[in-house]
Amino acid sequence: MSWFDAANERIAREVLARYPKPKSAVIPLLHLAQEQEGWVTPDAMTEIAELTGTTAAEVLGTASFYEMFKFHPVGKYVVNVCTNVSCQLLGGEELLDHVESTLGVRAGGTTDDGLFTVEDVECVAACTEAPCFTVNYRYFHRADVDILNEVVADIRAGRSPLERGAAGDGGELPEHGTLGRVRQHVTADRLAGVVAPEQVDGPPSWMPTSATATEGAS
Amino acid sequence: MDADLRDGDGGGIVTGTYVPHAAGYVDNGGPKVVTSRFGHEDSFTLERSLATGGYEGLRTALAMAPDDVHGQIREATLLGRGGAGFPAGVKWGFCPEGVWPRYLVVNGDESEPGTYKDRLLMERDPHQLIEGCLIACYALGLTQCFLYVRGEMALAQERVAAALNEAYAAGYVGREVLETQFSVDITLHWGAGAYIVGEETALIESLEGNRGMPRLKPPYFPAAIGLYGQPTIVNNVETLANVPWIMANGAAAYRQMGSEASPGTRMFAISGHVVRPGVYEVEQGITTFRDLFYGEEYCQGIRDGHELKMFIPGGGSAPWFFAEHLDLPLEAREVGAAGSMLGSGAIIVMDETTDAVKACHRMVRFFARESCGKCSPCREGTSWEEKILARILNGHGRPSDIDLLLDVGDNISPGPYPVASHADEGLEAVPFPPRQTTICPLGPSSVAPITSTIRRFRHEFEARITRGDGIPVAAAVPAGEAGS
Ligand SMILES: Cc1cc2nc3c(=O)[nH]c(=O)nc-3n(C[C@H](O)[C@H](O)[C@H](O)COP(=O)(O)O)c2cc1C
Ligand code: SF4
Repeated sequence: MSWFDAANERIAREVLARYPKPKSAVIPLLHLAQEQEGWVTPDAMTEIAELTGTTAAEVLGTASFYEMFKFHPVGKYVVNVCTNVSCQLLGGEELLDHVESTLGVRAGGTTDDGLFTVEDVECVAACTEAPCFTVNYRYFHRADVDILNEVVADIRAGRSPLERGAAGDGGELPEHGTLGRVRQHVTADRLAGVVAPEQVDGPPSWMPTSATATEGAS
Repeated sequence: MDADLRDGDGGGIVTGTYVPHAAGYVDNGGPKVVTSRFGHEDSFTLERSLATGGYEGLRTALAMAPDDVHGQIREATLLGRGGAGFPAGVKWGFCPEGVWPRYLVVNGDESEPGTYKDRLLMERDPHQLIEGCLIACYALGLTQCFLYVRGEMALAQERVAAALNEAYAAGYVGREVLETQFSVDITLHWGAGAYIVGEETALIESLEGNRGMPRLKPPYFPAAIGLYGQPTIVNNVETLANVPWIMANGAAAYRQMGSEASPGTRMFAISGHVVRPGVYEVEQGITTFRDLFYGEEYCQGIRDGHELKMFIPGGGSAPWFFAEHLDLPLEAREVGAAGSMLGSGAIIVMDETTDAVKACHRMVRFFARESCGKCSPCREGTSWEEKILARILNGHGRPSDIDLLLDVGDNISPGPYPVASHADEGLEAVPFPPRQTTICPLGPSSVAPITSTIRRFRHEFEARITRGDGIPVAAAVPAGEAGS
């Protein structure tokens, strides 16, 4: 029995089929595990090791390098406030102070009701729209205390705060773990065909055989 | 953010205005290579792309021999937009002969402090990026492309996934593209939060399912040995986004924009203390920093009544500039000679209210947090730098700390560190790039804020050290005792 539920197991197989080597799927599968459970459990890592032909230790070795993977339960909504220089200049640190005092947790902490986790993060590529924060990796630009209060109130009341978001794309804000709400999906008849590098020994058919001369590779 | 600045039908944009649905982007009325669709609310759909010339560059390319397509890119002098500014056409020629398969990896990890452009390009025009990837794959004989998007960019992942699904279904990607022999798969991949993964060999490690730690050099380019040990071209999102335009309009037309050494346009994100911060598509080489900061069509000056104190011209890794550097053009070589770099097109402007020590500490904290830990001068050095700066900031600095900071920096990047000129003190610029004792440039980058601010604002550091918390620090500590 797979650790993944039936729907996710199907997705996991599809993800694996997109890589020439299965280990490349480790990070995508960790995301999938986090999507299912909200965090990366030891059992999930054992399962991913099996699917990718690695060991659970290797999976943990990779996973623990990356900030987005959580190894214990976190809030359903992860609020990341940027305090890097562009945001610092325009009040990012004050915004973080406000979140901390409003929610009653310090950066890194989770509220008792399990609703919010707060993080003090590095640049999130919204520098011209400083100060900014994200909730489950959805952007809120040119933020201030009012916007933050509204977003927190929305979430507490069970409303999606995305209408207030930078993209203005609305819709439901997924719980922590789910990133893109759209997945890559390719029907078998459209795939060019992913093959292991060992199985390729020449240029593809559209390349003239003598082409692609070098220019002194390093 | 002003929706009514746009004209009635929501299509055209009034010159020099924010485009609300492309948050941050300002249409300055200049030539558009990569932002031409940003005015349309549905710019990310296949329908809009096709209605506005999308995939025309691909059609042009497919009608040519692969080598001739490569020739066009070489002739255009398309400079890499990821930071190093290496010409894409030259890099594409580095794959060793006869070694197959080869891969294309797209670097969409955008995390350099101050950088905001690749996210916009992925969110607003994913088809343009996909088309650029397809043309590169066709030219170089690549059957597999990986599009590595930064983990934190949920909307970008969504938009790229949706665009890929549409493009596959419509026959632009996958088996027998547009009914030709050309077949290629593009796999959307995303990271999980680590700045260092933006370094191209770390990107490849991450894509192989490992910790994102840079590989030892040589080889200097993954074109020699990259993903799965095979030749691999790594290009930035913006670099590839330029490719469709070049194919559709020709290298000669591209070279008519910008300067001889830096043709075309570039996206610059200007953040901080300006009246109108934004992401602007700018002609390279001919526009100056002064134009950008003070021009009506750009940032419109320093925010109300304040004065420029300093600015970072090319992302968190770049040495800082000052008012005397405003007339430099946005041209890599000139900026390099003046002691800094254009890097990733990220400019952070700071006015006179900015505390130099605080800003310096915050930037150094970034590098200390993001060091991958593979080499000791960086792993240890960046955290020492951060700790020393933190204690200076908190009023517990020691008189020897300024020298100690410079000394730690010298262990990561020996010799004179690149730094801007300081005319008042008769100090010359030290040209970019820095030397390094480390595997990758992250460690040396941590030294940039330190040497930049100490050279210029040493008095601010000294004031903190002798008067922090109002309590005078005891007389000089012997140098050997500092540095815990
Ligand atoms: C620490 C570090 C971080 C980097 N981050 C990025 C990044 O986020 N995006 C990017 O395109 N290039 C980044 N680069 C540069 C890449 O290593 C590489 O040069 C670039 O992706 C090549 O693409 P280009 O030639 O099209 O510019 C980084 C380099 C270093 C040393
Ligand atoms: S310089 Fe720093 S980030 Fe780069 S490889 Fe060394 S330890 Fe890692």
